[in-house]
Amino acid sequence: MEQRLANSWRQTINEKNFIVTALLSELRVDGRRPFDYRKLSIKFGKDDGSSEVQLGHTHVMAIVSGQLLQPYKERPNEGTLAVFTEFSPMADPSFEPGRPTESAVELGRIVDRGLRESRAVDTESLCVLSGKLVWAIRIDIHILDNGGNLVDAANIAALAALLTFRRPECSLGGEDGQQVVVHPPEMRDPIPLIIHHLPIAVTFGFFSNENIMVIDPTHHEEAVMTGRMTATVNANGDVCSIHKPGGEGVNHRVLMHCMKLAHVKAGDITAKIKDAVEIYNTQRALRKIKRHSSSVALDVGGTPAKSGEKESQVDGSHLHQSKLKDEPSSMECDATSSGQEQNDKRDGVSQKFIGGPSSWDPYSECVNSDLLKASLASHGPATHRQQKGSRSETKAEVPPQEMKIDSSPTDAGLVAVQNNEGKTLKDAVKPKNKRKKKKVSSNTGN
Amino acid sequence: MEFVSPEGLRLDGRRPMEMRQIRAEIGAVSRADGSAIFEMGNTKVVAAVYGPREVQNRSQQMSDQALIRCEYSMANFSTGDRKRKPKGDRRSTEISLVIRQTMEACIMTNLMPRSQIDIYVQVLQADGGTRSACINAATLALADAGIPMRDLVTSCSAGYLNSTPLLDLNYVEDSAGGPDVTVGILPKLDKVTLLQMDSKLPIDILENVVQLATEGCKAVANYIREILLENTKQLEYRRGV
Repeated sequence: MEQRLANSWRQTINEKNFIVTALLSELRVDGRRPFDYRKLSIKFGKDDGSSEVQLGHTHVMAIVSGQLLQPYKERPNEGTLAVFTEFSPMADPSFEPGRPTESAVELGRIVDRGLRESRAVDTESLCVLSGKLVWAIRIDIHILDNGGNLVDAANIAALAALLTFRRPECSLGGEDGQQVVVHPPEMRDPIPLIIHHLPIAVTFGFFSNENIMVIDPTHHEEAVMTGRMTATVNANGDVCSIHKPGGEGVNHRVLMHCMKLAHVKAGDITAKIKDAVEIYNTQRALRKIKRHSSSVALDVGGTPAKSGEKESQVDGSHLHQSKLKDEPSSMECDATSSGQEQNDKRDGVSQKFIGGPSSWDPYSECVNSDLLKASLASHGPATHRQQKGSRSETKAEVPPQEMKIDSSPTDAGLVAVQNNEGKTLKDAVKPKNKRKKKKVSSNTGN
Repeated sequence: MEFVSPEGLRLDGRRPMEMRQIRAEIGAVSRADGSAIFEMGNTKVVAAVYGPREVQNRSQQMSDQALIRCEYSMANFSTGDRKRKPKGDRRSTEISLVIRQTMEACIMTNLMPRSQIDIYVQVLQADGGTRSACINAATLALADAGIPMRDLVTSCSAGYLNSTPLLDLNYVEDSAGGPDVTVGILPKLDKVTLLQMDSKLPIDILENVVQLATEGCKAVANYIREILLENTKQLEYRRGV
């Protein structure tokens, strides 16, 4: 229960009775059934590691940032993870600025427990120098609108932000190998965190009547309910944490039933989060290759390779020494199959990047007929595919975006080199330079 | 590290389903309306209850029920290394919230409107299971203060190490990184009011561990009833009945 403050909202008895009576007939005030979740929408910001989640009227934002710090004495080989919550006064009249209230601390700890103890985030990979420097990941959760069930929304936001966060790559250097060099994003592509599984928080509300139980309570239902429980479950069927802080007593049967329900809901939500992150990664890569839309045909897939490009464009710096990966030919084959599936998704986008058949040279490189059909289907403004021709096309098509978490920009090297020349689109398009550089970068890349 | 030896003995010589020694004492703090000391093995906790009394912060007064406040703090000397901040840190805030809501479920607050009941819990020695010991101590203190309750609230923790469910973890077993389940029940009503768990555990094993912890709670409940009965006899004796 919240501290009773002068400006807090009080629910009327009529409202309370209405909600309870409706629940007796398995109806909720917003038309849902007792075990339905509200509409969930996950959006991402321009920067890596920031997410915005809307669950019905509840609006939550999460930002992930990393810093190199000293590890804890007891765990010299592990990175650290910290969750901070900010209950903005604009979210609810009863939130006050300043020190976090009990509920803010509780929310932070529930999210923290779900991630930390269940080892969802791999902390050992965050160690740079054992005992001296490790990555300290900080998750800031901001509540923007309190529509009820802040825990679930905050948890989803935190997970989404963690999945899209990229930390700078660092390597050990210096005479004794003790110096840590942090590579800026322009130099080396930042790498994502290793996340083993996604612990999803599912909140249940219990009412004084035994038979009533709801999932994902709204703000009004929260004022009526007499007990609550947050079960953090992952899609594999493991319970990562349970938080039932007192309140109405329930018997064992009901508890186990809740666990099973939570497991089902966790599966749904995990799928939604993964889809949203997938789309984000696609767009991220797209942004990178946008500049070279002419030179690179893309069925885009958002190769992490493109990410390198993007950074260079956006930051205006040009040194991009990203490792060049697979040779175009191999990529091509991979490309097509995934290209097909990706096609629909990226239809709109790909239009910009896929040139018409007129500029396509079928003899420079072998091209799959499927690929050709795909590109024809998603007719776009004829961008000059000219020289790059299929070579770059295929490169572009490679959508190892699937799970190429290990971003090894393929075209990045290509791009990087181009950038060296000059930063206009024209330069990027120059065939002669490109080819020469491509060869060069292929050598330097891998 | 091996937490259960092949013979089935834990680090401190207990069996997996064996609880630690419990000891309770009522009336430790003379100024308080009700108080109790509760020991579970090496974990020692003192609880003091003040109330029902007038609400100190008028804006928080509730016209239909009593306001329950709870403060959990750990003494600096309670753990191996001296603790820097005994209260106000996030863990203490969370545990205060948890204890408060657990006790709120069983106190009949509607019998005491416009009043306030304060529960102060202080950990003197921490050796795992402090949350449970605090709740048990608070129950005894509330009973000593004569505050009407629906039922006792008893609590116990259980874990799962070396593929064995273990009852009543001590500090070493708790910090092993395995799951730690704390359960608080209303014994007569047979309902679970507090349930907290951390670390990963498959659902079916969770069920076993929760069952085990519930059994532990019932054992604690029996002991608490004995203590309360004994205490009442003492009171009767002193009154000359």
